[in-house]
Amino acid sequence: MNTRTVEIGVGVFVALGFAALLMLAMRVSNLAESGGGHGYSVVAHFDNVGGLKVRSPVTIAGVRVGRVSDIRYDSEHYVAAVTMSIEPQFDRIPADSSASVLTAGLLGEQYIGLEPGGDETSLKDGDEIKFTQSALVLEQVVGQFLFSKASEGSK
Amino acid sequence: MTGSLAALGRWAIGVFGRLGRGHLFLLQVLGASATLLPRFGLVVAQIWSVGVLSLLIIIVAGTFVGMVLGLQGYNTLVDFGAEESLGVAVAKSLTRELGPVIAALLFAGRAGSALTAEIGLMKATEQLEGMEMMAVDPLRRVVAPRFLAGLIAMPLLAAIFTAIGVLGGYFVGVGLLGVDDGAFWSQMQAKVELMDDVVNGVVVKSLVFGWVVTWIAVFEGYDCVPTSEGVGKATTRTVVHSSLAVLGLDFVLTALMFNQ
Repeated sequence: MNTRTVEIGVGVFVALGFAALLMLAMRVSNLAESGGGHGYSVVAHFDNVGGLKVRSPVTIAGVRVGRVSDIRYDSEHYVAAVTMSIEPQFDRIPADSSASVLTAGLLGEQYIGLEPGGDETSLKDGDEIKFTQSALVLEQVVGQFLFSKASEGSK
Repeated sequence: MTGSLAALGRWAIGVFGRLGRGHLFLLQVLGASATLLPRFGLVVAQIWSVGVLSLLIIIVAGTFVGMVLGLQGYNTLVDFGAEESLGVAVAKSLTRELGPVIAALLFAGRAGSALTAEIGLMKATEQLEGMEMMAVDPLRRVVAPRFLAGLIAMPLLAAIFTAIGVLGGYFVGVGLLGVDDGAFWSQMQAKVELMDDVVNGVVVKSLVFGWVVTWIAVFEGYDCVPTSEGVGKATTRTVVHSSLAVLGLDFVLTALMFNQ
């Protein structure tokens, strides 16, 4: 095997390997859509976040506008403080918007849905979303249902 | 009684002696590798034999593994009406486990055995001593280029295997079974993480596997009994030990990386 052929072969091999890595990065993983963490962040407090995770989507009208960047427990008020990073191009979200923890489909993952309010001023970096609705916990819903059934029966 | 105790002791001393020799050998090879950068042509020639010549088996195996994953994943997911998640299932299992592991097992069988046999035969035919006589360090001339070539080739082979596997899964899922094209890719992109799955899974794992497999291969060759029988045994040991090492290390790496 002469040196030239070997060099060309190895060149093709290395190029192929890097092309495969590039494909894995761009096409298979989410490098293309995640523009790095340079959005603005807003905070919301929930009584219960259910199965929400860091990097869960934040949507308005079903369109993803950001991601959850941090979830921590606020031990003063006994609630969960969720920090969301909203992408910079969505800078006109009314300040009195409400946030709720929703579930995609019956068994899907949980995400935050923002419902726009009517305020003229927009959310800025560090703002808090005041109106929140917690995740639906199945046991509590079933419990409430049984409770209301029982009180109906006793009437 | 004393006889069997002595046999046990002899076995243990042999095992630990080999382990120690292997690690000293690795240090020497690393030292020799550092001096190799100005003569990178030697490494390129070895990348040809361990990397380029392994391409065919890697591509064929990757295609079929991806296609099987597509078929089996579809059969399981369609019961839950979740066949849109086929892309996620195929890509996650390939990037995290199957890609690096199967590529490393194939690499051990295809390239590792050849490395051991080549170096072992050089030793058996006294070519290594010949080099030493001519003041050429066989570690630098023979072993280090092969070690570096394995280290470079393995991640590239694993990446090619994984990418081809995803395409194989795409071919079966979207092409034959009728999963939605857009959902296949968009669900995959939503769930597969660049750092967690592609970098940790494919690149880091296969670097570790490439390191271990080539290390075992060149050591077995260099340390073999210089007879035709010894070379044969060393080649077998390379394949067995490096396959076991890959599977064991894969468990450790998975536990370290994905244990949240």
